[in-house]
Amino acid sequence: MLLTYLKVFLVGGFICMLGQILIIKTNMTSSRILVLFVCIGAVMEAFGLYDPIVNFASAGATVPITGFGRSLAKGAIESIKEKGLLGVLTGGLTATAGGITGAVIFAYIFSLIFSSKTKKY
Amino acid sequence: MDSIERNKKYNAYVDAKKPQTKNFPTLIYAYLVGGFICMIGQGIQDTLLAIFPTMSTESAGAWMLIVLIFLASFLTAIGVYDRIGVFAGAGSIVPITGFSNSITSPAMEFKKEGIIFGLCVKMFTVAGPVIVNGLAISVIVGIIYLFL
Repeated sequence: MLLTYLKVFLVGGFICMLGQILIIKTNMTSSRILVLFVCIGAVMEAFGLYDPIVNFASAGATVPITGFGRSLAKGAIESIKEKGLLGVLTGGLTATAGGITGAVIFAYIFSLIFSSKTKKY
Repeated sequence: MDSIERNKKYNAYVDAKKPQTKNFPTLIYAYLVGGFICMIGQGIQDTLLAIFPTMSTESAGAWMLIVLIFLASFLTAIGVYDRIGVFAGAGSIVPITGFSNSITSPAMEFKKEGIIFGLCVKMFTVAGPVIVNGLAISVIVGIIYLFL
């Protein structure tokens, strides 16, 4: 139990630290880092390299945005097994629909309710 | 003074003026905050599995991400998440909570330019590239898989 959480912390933190190294070394914007990490996750899943990390660290590998890329690739591959060519186009978005729709809807609701405050820092 | 020399001088000037990030401490903060967010995710997943024993690990994982996205969106709305982001850097950007924050934050910022052309359009300033490139790579992976 405790060991699981330690593994989650170590792996999840490590992935975030890689992002921070990129920010320091290359001055990349957060948008580029998100894009890069999604692509890395998808490619690693395609070569079967990401599943072992998920089995080892569970949420430590699914919570970082690389896990989002992983579900995109995994969704496409699984959907191709069922539907063939159509799965190429439907698989990726089907697997991540919950996350994307949730993020958009919550953002819509909360930004209608709350207004941004002037930043003081 | 030719333009190359002028550019060199200007770049040196910019480097001297721009805020210097202290490299080592930010790495530690990113590690700690990122790891902590992942641990919260694991905690949510384990709680869900304990409450609903029939739930599969995969759907518990999907629910866990949705709960994290909800929490991050809410924390962004009340102005807490940006405060974490100031010192955590990539620790708050790389987890899925950063994706949620990148949608809610510009949506709130541009609300004053109108609901449709402000809020709904600017919502995708950061998330748009992520979704477009993510879908593109999933199609590429799919096509390669189909022909292998």
